[in-house]
Amino acid sequence: MVHDLYQETILDHSKRPRNFHPMDDANRHAEGYNPLCGDKLKLFLKVENDIVIDASFVGAGCAISTASASLMTESLKGKKRDEALKMLDKFHELLTTDTPITQDLGKLVVFCGVRDYPARVKCATLAWHTLKSALENVEEQVVSTE
Amino acid sequence: MSTASSVITAGFDVEKVREDFPVLKQKIHGKPLVYLDNAATSQKPKAVIDAIRKFYEVDCANIHRGVHELSQRSTAAYELTRSKVKRFLNARSTSEIIFVRGTTEGINLVTYSWGRHNIHEGDEIIIAGLEHHSNIVPWQILCDEKSAKLRVIPIDDRGELIMEEYEKLLGPRTKMVATAHVSNALGTINPVDRIIQLAHQHGALTLVDGAQAVPHIKVDVKSLDADFYTFSGHKLFGPTGIGVLYGKAKLLNSMPPWQGGGDMIMTVTFEKTTYNDLPYKFEAGTPDIAGGIGLGAAIDYVNEIGIDKIAAYEHELLVYGTEALEQIPGLHIIGTARQKAAVISFVIDGIHPHDIGTVLDRQGIAVRTGHHCAQPVMDRFHIPATTRASMAFYNTPAEIDALAEGLHQVKEVFS
Repeated sequence: MVHDLYQETILDHSKRPRNFHPMDDANRHAEGYNPLCGDKLKLFLKVENDIVIDASFVGAGCAISTASASLMTESLKGKKRDEALKMLDKFHELLTTDTPITQDLGKLVVFCGVRDYPARVKCATLAWHTLKSALENVEEQVVSTE
Repeated sequence: MSTASSVITAGFDVEKVREDFPVLKQKIHGKPLVYLDNAATSQKPKAVIDAIRKFYEVDCANIHRGVHELSQRSTAAYELTRSKVKRFLNARSTSEIIFVRGTTEGINLVTYSWGRHNIHEGDEIIIAGLEHHSNIVPWQILCDEKSAKLRVIPIDDRGELIMEEYEKLLGPRTKMVATAHVSNALGTINPVDRIIQLAHQHGALTLVDGAQAVPHIKVDVKSLDADFYTFSGHKLFGPTGIGVLYGKAKLLNSMPPWQGGGDMIMTVTFEKTTYNDLPYKFEAGTPDIAGGIGLGAAIDYVNEIGIDKIAAYEHELLVYGTEALEQIPGLHIIGTARQKAAVISFVIDGIHPHDIGTVLDRQGIAVRTGHHCAQPVMDRFHIPATTRASMAFYNTPAEIDALAEGLHQVKEVFS
């Protein structure tokens, strides 16, 4: 059923996204864009000593992409750069493979339903692709999920 | 609100028509398929599928080449479609009917062959503000290359072209006016006869993107006086990979070929090649023979039902659907032109079109969500995307009811 995709936590975070604001003292930014659906987001990070101190975002997108960005910014805080990138890999695996669902992604497992909706994987990963860009490139750039 | 049964379908037996479309007889996620994405592509009647199968099972050979029986059969069948298209569009001659891959290729043929030889620095090309990307980008490429100027006819809040603004754009530098006959994103039927008339008064040529018009309304290129008119087979209940560019013979004759190869030549030596006559001058290489034959079957099928009957029935569906969707709180129809094809594009407050599309899909309802390859139209209405229900003559009022019910469920999920 469609509720497997739109779990309560996802609906909650899409309606009331957390960390949904620009950040004046951010030292890393990146923009993400999904040209197929028009989802756009801008990610702000404050990284000190290789640790993500703070994360926020602004943008407009579907429930899945908004909730994904919201939950991602929550789970990033206090993570080392390498840990954050490892989470991205695990998150991607959660969405695109049939491997058993483990709990080490914490709250992010609510996105497990996306694996049954291949057309929506790009919505869920947009924020994470943007994160990768923000962590890997000092120069600001727009990443696209296409 | 009227009910499904109160819709008058006199002289049109939709249930009988549905029997002709095998794809419609399936369930999606346990629900009967409700296919409302006809502006993206239409479904194919059995007659089309059978014609393609017959070609591959019985007549398969290359065309315009062999003296053997199969080649003659396939050539005759392929060329028969050209005559059918000529009659369907009311062109003067089959030499004006060029087979292409689809509307996009038809437009690119014109920008490449006509455009590169007739557009010069400072010239102006006018397009409409509700064009599909395929009738924007080829002209942009041409304008960039030639330092020409692309000008755009603005649209109003209903999604209609502002004709007074169009008249102001026309001038001595206008060389081409390219417009959709029917908007894919909004369904607006543009006054192409008037657009063409005004363009001609200023000495400009015209190209009409007929992709969304040909499946739904009668098109007569002679009475429109269009210089170029192009459409895709797959939106006309035919196969993908085949389409048509109509052009006035004198224009086509004056244009250089755009692709070189077999079939488009008369004689070839290493010193010089002479080109074939129309329409073959523009048809290099082995074409989509099966597609062409399938398109012929699609035109026969549409003619058998009658394009006027199709237009009348679809208009009833549009009126019924508009009324049904307007009842849904928070739903706003984007595109309310007075002359509209059976396309309903809409947004719902607080719910993204992609989420609407996913929830509807789980109920077996296929709609398009996104910018519909018409981003400038979305920008005009300050929205990132819409949900679009586009109807064909095999859709029913009951399917509209299913859509409305589906949208209520969407609202429940995201309430």
